[in-house]
Amino acid sequence: MENRIFIRVERSLPLADVVLAVEQLVLRFAGITAVQDLSCTLRPGELLGIIGPNGAGKTSVLNCINGFYRPQAGRVVFDGRDITTLPPHARARLGIARAFQNIALYPGMTVLNNIMSGRIMHMGSSVLACGVYWGPAQRELLNHRARVEEIIDFLEMEEYRHHRVADLPYGVQKKVELGRALAMEPRLLLLDEPMAGMSAEEKTDMARFVLELREVRRMPMILIEHDMGVVMDLCDRLIVMDYGKKIAEGTPREIQRHPDVIKAYLGQEDIA
Amino acid sequence: MTAQAVLDRPRVMAALTAVDVPDTFPKRLVRNAERFGDRVAFREKDHGIWREISWARYLAHARAAALGLHALGVQRGDVIMIIGDNRPEQFYMAMGAQTLGAISCGMYQDSLGEQLAELINFAGARFVFCEDQEQTDKILEMEQQLPTVERILVDDWRGMWQYRHAKLISFADLEDLGRQTDARRPQLFTDLVAEGRPDDVAILCQTSGTTAMPKLAMLTHRNMLSQGENFHAVEPHIGPGDDFVSYLPFAWIGEQMFSFTLHQSIGFTVNFPEEPETAQRDFREIGPHFTFAPARIYEGLHSAVTVRILDGGPIRRKIYDLALRVGTEAVELEAEGKPVPARLRLLRAIYYWTIYRPILDKIGLLRMRVAWNGGASLGPGYHKFFRAMGLNLKQIYGQTEIAGISCVHRDGQVRFWTMGAPIAGTEVAISQDGEIIERSPSVFCGYYRNGEETARGLRDGWLYSGDYGTLDPSGDVILFDRVGDMLRKTDGSGVAPRVIEDILKFTPYIQEACVIGDGKPFLSAILNIDLRTVGKWAEDRGISYTSYTHLSQKPEVLTLLRGLVNEANSRLKPEWQITRFVSLYKEFHPDDDELTRTRKLRRGHINERYRGLIDAVYSGADHYEATVTIRYEDGRTAEMHAVMHILDVAG
Repeated sequence: MENRIFIRVERSLPLADVVLAVEQLVLRFAGITAVQDLSCTLRPGELLGIIGPNGAGKTSVLNCINGFYRPQAGRVVFDGRDITTLPPHARARLGIARAFQNIALYPGMTVLNNIMSGRIMHMGSSVLACGVYWGPAQRELLNHRARVEEIIDFLEMEEYRHHRVADLPYGVQKKVELGRALAMEPRLLLLDEPMAGMSAEEKTDMARFVLELREVRRMPMILIEHDMGVVMDLCDRLIVMDYGKKIAEGTPREIQRHPDVIKAYLGQEDIA
Repeated sequence: MTAQAVLDRPRVMAALTAVDVPDTFPKRLVRNAERFGDRVAFREKDHGIWREISWARYLAHARAAALGLHALGVQRGDVIMIIGDNRPEQFYMAMGAQTLGAISCGMYQDSLGEQLAELINFAGARFVFCEDQEQTDKILEMEQQLPTVERILVDDWRGMWQYRHAKLISFADLEDLGRQTDARRPQLFTDLVAEGRPDDVAILCQTSGTTAMPKLAMLTHRNMLSQGENFHAVEPHIGPGDDFVSYLPFAWIGEQMFSFTLHQSIGFTVNFPEEPETAQRDFREIGPHFTFAPARIYEGLHSAVTVRILDGGPIRRKIYDLALRVGTEAVELEAEGKPVPARLRLLRAIYYWTIYRPILDKIGLLRMRVAWNGGASLGPGYHKFFRAMGLNLKQIYGQTEIAGISCVHRDGQVRFWTMGAPIAGTEVAISQDGEIIERSPSVFCGYYRNGEETARGLRDGWLYSGDYGTLDPSGDVILFDRVGDMLRKTDGSGVAPRVIEDILKFTPYIQEACVIGDGKPFLSAILNIDLRTVGKWAEDRGISYTSYTHLSQKPEVLTLLRGLVNEANSRLKPEWQITRFVSLYKEFHPDDDELTRTRKLRRGHINERYRGLIDAVYSGADHYEATVTIRYEDGRTAEMHAVMHILDVAG
C-alpha cells in the first residue's frame, strides 16, 4: 500500500533514483495537526523548495526528516532505508545535515572551531590517541582542518576564520551555519531559511553558494525560504504548504500559475 | 639652476655595466633559479596555510606561461593586460610575456569596466589576464567594445563553472599548453630568453594622472633593473633572507619595483595575503622586514592606533601621550642634526620596550628594519609619529616615469620637510621655472602611443617631473606641490595647497582636505571628515547620526572642525591661512574621479564638480544645497541632495 503511493507520487522513476521519500506524514501536537498526510520525494541533485505562510508546517517537515520530531503516522525513507524511528544523531551519521533557521552555533567559539564541530562524526581517534596528540590524532586533525579550510574558501570566510561567532554580523553567522552543515559532508542538506534577515548582497552570495552546491556538487537539498524571487530562481521543484497540508507541487512556473497557491499563499495577485 | 651640492655629492654608479649580470628580467630569473634553487621566492596564504614556492618553481611556472603564450601566438611587442589581487600567477604571466618580448601592463583592480576597456583599447592589447571571476565579469561585460582582445586568461576559475565563452582560457590550461610546447621544442625557452634585449620595453605602467586621463609609461628592462641596483646601492637595508608582503596594486610602480624588480635583484621572499580582507592580519603574521607603501597606508595605521588609544582608559592615554611626547622630542632633535641628551635617550629606551614595541607589534611593524613612503608625500606629523615609535620611516620621491624612485632619505639624515637625496646614478636639478627635473638610466623611453606627452615630459634626457620644488642646502629635494596645482591668489601670492592640506589631514578627524583659492581673494578648504574617528567622537558625546552625510553637517562636528582649522592656521603664515571651509557631505572617491587610484586629489575635477559650492563659498553664503550624481562601483548612478553649511574660521 505505502509502496504504491510512493510510486504514484514518483511517477515512473525507479526507486534508486530517489534520495529521500516522505510518505503520508502526519504530525500532531496536542490536538493541533502540524503536518497532515504529506508526501514528497527528492531526487539526486535536486533542489526542492518548500513554501507556505508562517505556521504552515514547513519547519516541522524538516524536523521529521532529521529526527527532531517523531511523526504519528507515515514514513521517512532515506536512501531506500526507513529512518522514521532513528534518533537525530543516527540520521546525521547517515548523511543528513541541516542549517538552522535560528542560528544554533557555539557563540563563544571561533568560526573555524564551529565548522570543525561539523566534522566530529568523522573523527575516529580514541581518547588515548587524542591525549597523546602527536601521531595519528594529529594527522587526522590536519586532515579535518583541510576539509574545513575548503569550506571556508568556498564560503569566502577567510577574514572571519579566527573571529568569535558571537562577534560576527548575522549574515556571516548564517554562512557559518551552512559551513558547519557542509563540514558533515552530507548526502542530503536541509536549509531552513538560510537567507532570512540577510542584506541583498548577502542573499546574492548565499544564492550563489546554493547554486554552486547544486550545479557542481550535485547536492540534494530541501530549501525553506520566504524570498519568492530566490525560491523561484533556484529551485527545481516546489511544494506549497498551507495548514499542514500540501496544496500544490510542481516546477516554479507551474506553481506561479496554480490558482490555489495564488489564493492561499500569494494573495489574490499574480506574482509572475 | 643646477644645485652644486648635488653634483658635489659622491656618486655611486650603477653596477649594470658588468658583463655577467643578466640584463633582462627573464635572464635574471633563470640565473636566480640556478643560484637560489629551493629557496623561497614566493609565499602565498591559501586555505589558511602559508604555501611556499621556490625560485626553481617560479622559473618552471614562468617557463610554462611563456611557452603557453607562445603557442597562443603572442608576438614581440604585444601588450598583455594584467588585473586582479596580487598572486604569484600575475608574476608568472608578466615574466612569461617578457620572455617573448611582449609587454606586461597592470591595471588597477578596483577600476570600473569602462575604465578598463578604455585602457585596453588604448594599448591595443590582444590578451587580458584576470585573476578571478570579478575581474573576468568586468571584461566579459565590455567584450563587445574590445575589438583587439583575442584571449581572456583566468587564474582562479572559482564560481565560473557555467562560463563557456570561446575567448576564455584558464591559467592551468595555458601552462599545460606551455608544457606540451616545451616537450616538443625543449630548446625554445632558452632561445627566447637569449633573444631578450635590455632596451626592450618590459612594462607599461599607468601614471597616476592627477591632471588628465591616465598615460602609460614605457619602461625597459634596463630602466627597471638599473633602478633596483641604484636604489639598493644607497639603501642596503634589505637582503636575501628578508620577507616582504605584496598587497598593494600590481599596477602601481612601487609594487613593480619591489615585488618584481628588487625581488629579482636581491632575492628576498615576497608574501601574498590570502584575500584583501585578511591582508592586515596576514601582514602581521609575516612581520615583514621592510615595506613600501603610499601615504594613505601610514595615515590609516596612524588613525587605527589613535582610535584604539582613545578607546583605552585615561591612565593608558596619559602614559601613551607621555611616551609619544618623549619620542617626538628626540626625533625632532635628530632631524635637525642636534645631539639627543642622555636623559631623553634613556627615557626613549624605556618607552621603546614598554610602549612603542607592543604597539608596533600590534600593527605588524615589529621586525621592520625600514619603511618607505612613496607616491604622495606623508605629512610631517605622521613622520614624527612613526619615527617616535622607533620605526625607521623614510620618504621616497620619484615618478612612474623614472621607474618609481629618484630620491630617498639617507639614514641619520631624515629631515621630514625634504624628500631625501638622489639615489645612485641619479641627478636632480631645478629648471628655470622651478620645476624638479631628473636624469638617470631609469628615465623612461616615452609614453605608449603618445608622442605629444612624451615631448613635454622628456627633454634632452631630462625628465620634467611637473613638480614645483627646490633643493635644500644639503642637496635634499624639497617638494612644494605639482606645478599645475600651485594656487595664485588675487593679490599675486603663491600658495602650495598640499602643504596646508597635510597639516589639516594630520588630525585624525579629517580624512581628506582640498584647498581652493586660485584666482580668489582668500583660501578656503573642502574637508572630508573621517567617519571612523568622528563617528567615535560623536558616540562618546552622545551625538546621534544616521549616515556620513548626516554626521558631516552636525553643528557639534562643524564646531570641532572649526577648532581644528583654527589650530592648523596657527601653524601657517598669514597669507596661507584658511578663511572659510565646508564639510563635504561625502568622501572624495576615485570612482567619482575626485582622487586618483593612488589617492591623490584630482583638483581639476574637484573644482569642476563642486563649482557651485565653491562659488557659494566665495559669495559669502552660509549654506549650499547640492544635487549630485553618485556612481557605485558596479557603475550604477543615483542622484542625491544635500545641504552643506559654509563656515567662517574666525568668529
